[in-house]
Amino acid sequence: MGKITLRNVTKKFGDVAVIPSLDLDIEDGEFVVFVGPSGCGKSTLLRLIAGLEDTSGGVISIDGTDATDTPPAKRGLAMVFQSYALYPHMSVRKNIAFPLKMAGLAPSEIERKVDAAAKVLNLTSYLDRKPGQLSGGQRQRVAIGRAIVREPKAFLFDEPLSNLDAALRGNMRLEITELHQTLKTTMIYVTHDQVEAMTMADKIVVLQAGNIEQVGSPLDLYHKPANIFVAGFIGSPRMNLIEGADATSLGAKTIGVRPEHIDISMDRGTWTGRVSVTEHLGSDTFLHVSVDGIGSMTVRGGGDIAARHGDTVYLTPQADKTHRFGPDGRAL
Amino acid sequence: MARKVTQTRKRVVTVLAWSIGFLIFFPILWTVLMSFKSEGDAIKGPIDMLMAPWTLESYGEVQHRSNYGLHFWNSVIISLGSTLLALIIAIPAAWAMAFVPGKRTKDLLMWMLSTKMMPSVGVLIPMYLMFRDFGLLDTRTGLVAVLTLINLPIVVWMLYTYFKEIPGEILEAARMDGAGLRSEILYVLTPMAVPGIASTMLLNVILAWNEAFWTLQLTTSSAAPLTQFIASYSSPEGLFYAKLSAASTMAIAPILIMGWFSQKQLVRGLTFGAVK
Repeated sequence: MGKITLRNVTKKFGDVAVIPSLDLDIEDGEFVVFVGPSGCGKSTLLRLIAGLEDTSGGVISIDGTDATDTPPAKRGLAMVFQSYALYPHMSVRKNIAFPLKMAGLAPSEIERKVDAAAKVLNLTSYLDRKPGQLSGGQRQRVAIGRAIVREPKAFLFDEPLSNLDAALRGNMRLEITELHQTLKTTMIYVTHDQVEAMTMADKIVVLQAGNIEQVGSPLDLYHKPANIFVAGFIGSPRMNLIEGADATSLGAKTIGVRPEHIDISMDRGTWTGRVSVTEHLGSDTFLHVSVDGIGSMTVRGGGDIAARHGDTVYLTPQADKTHRFGPDGRAL
Repeated sequence: MARKVTQTRKRVVTVLAWSIGFLIFFPILWTVLMSFKSEGDAIKGPIDMLMAPWTLESYGEVQHRSNYGLHFWNSVIISLGSTLLALIIAIPAAWAMAFVPGKRTKDLLMWMLSTKMMPSVGVLIPMYLMFRDFGLLDTRTGLVAVLTLINLPIVVWMLYTYFKEIPGEILEAARMDGAGLRSEILYVLTPMAVPGIASTMLLNVILAWNEAFWTLQLTTSSAAPLTQFIASYSSPEGLFYAKLSAASTMAIAPILIMGWFSQKQLVRGLTFGAVK
C-alpha cells in the first residue's frame, strides 16, 4: 500500500513561504510527477513527504495514518537522490544491503534479496565494487537497487536523471517506467524536464511558487491546460501565446496555439510572416517566424519543408486546437 | 620538441625541490651530526667538526645527568592526553557546526580562531597565577588542560572542514534507509570521517609534542616534557653544543619517527578536499 495524502501542508523558511498551502492526493500504485521551473517548491514538497524537512503546518498521511511528525526512517518510504548519495566506503553489495541491515533482517535473507535486486538491475557483476569505480548510470542503478530491496510503500525520486547524459537518460527513463509496471508501487518523481513528466507519469502535478497549478494526466494537461502557465510549461516547443486583436476577436485576453497546431502555407493564410530561423530535426522542422503585428512564433512543419531564412510564409491556426484564456490567465 | 622541454623543466623543478627540502632539513641534520661529536670538537669549524672522531659520549652524559625516561613519558601523556581530550570535545562541536549550523556558526568559528591570533605571552601572568592558585603548576593535569584548550580551535576547525566535505545527502539517504541517529553516526558518518579524524589527531599530537612556550613556563621538573629537557642544556654560560644536540635529537626522534610512518596519512589529511 502507498496512498499519500497532503492536507493544508505549508512550509516556510524563515519568513518565506515556499509552500503557502497545498492539498494533494496520491493514490496507491500511481506514478506521480511533480514538475515545475527551478525554485517552484517541487523538491521541498518531496522532502516534506520524505520527512527530511519538517512541515510548518498541515497534515501528511501515509496509508491513512498521520505521518507528519514521523521521522524519515520510520515512514517506510525509499528515496533516490539526484547525486545518487551512495555510501562511498561500502561496496555495491553493502550499499544495497544497508536498508535491510537497518531493518534487522537475517544475513541469508539479506543476501537473497540483494542478489535478486542486482539481477533485476544488471548489477550482478559489480556487487564487489565501490561506488567510485562505477559509471554514472551504474551508480544510479545502485541507488535504485538500494531503494527497491526494502519494498517500500512508495519511492521518491528527486531529479534522478539530471546528472546523466542524454542517451543514458532515455534508457533510464524506460527502466524506471518498466520498474513501475513490474512493482506497481507508488512512485513520486520530481523533475524540471517536461519530457520526463509527459512520458513517465500517470498523473502530473504542475507547481509554481509552491502552488499547484494543475493536476492531471499528461494528455489532459496537453489538451486542456487550466491556465497560461501550464499551457506554456507543458509541450515542447512552447505554445505560442498571442494577445491583441486576434485574441479579442475570439472573446479572450490571450489565445494559445501549439507549434504543431498551425498550418503552414506558401501562398495564403491568416497570418503573414518571415522565417527567421529553421531548425531541421529530420522528422520535424521547427520554423521561427516573425509574424506581422504579433511577433515571433514557433511552428512545426514536416521534415522536408523547404522554407529558408527570409522566406515569406502564411500561417493558419487550427481553430479547434486554439486555447482561449481570460484576463486572469485561466482557460475559458 | 615540446616533450623535451617538459623533461628539462621537470629535472630543474626536481633539483630545486630537493634543494629546498635539504635546506629545511639541514638544521636537523646538523644537530644530529653534532650530537655524535665531543664537546670540544662540536665548537670547531664545520670541516674540522665533520672530520673529528665520532663518539657517543654526549648521549652518555645526557642520560647520566637527566631522566630522559620521565621527560619522554611526560611528553607522551601530555600530547596524547590533550589530543584525545580535544577530540572528545571537538567532534560533537564540529558535527553540530557542519550539519546543523545556526545563524552564528561562522562567527563562532571565526571567534575561536581569533584566540589563536593573540600572543600567548599576553595571558602568561593570569595563567600562571591561576595555575598557582589551583595547584596545577608542574603537573601533567595542568599541562593537558592548557594544551587541550590551546589546540582546540585548530582541532574544531580541521574537523569542521572535513565534516563539511561529507555531502548531507548521504546522511539523508541513511535516514531514508531506516538508520537512526546511532546507526547513521556509526555506519555512515564515522567511516567517512576517519581519514579526517586521523590526520587531525596526528597533527595535534605533533603540535602538542613541540609546544614549548607553556610547557617551559608552567613546569620545572616532575611534569616537565622533552622541551624542558632540551632547554636544560641551553645555558647562558659554558659550551654544551654536543650535549644540547644530543638532547634535541633524543627529544625529536620519537615524533620524527611517528611523522615518517604516518606521512601518507598526514599529507592526505592536510590536502583533503583541496582536489575533489
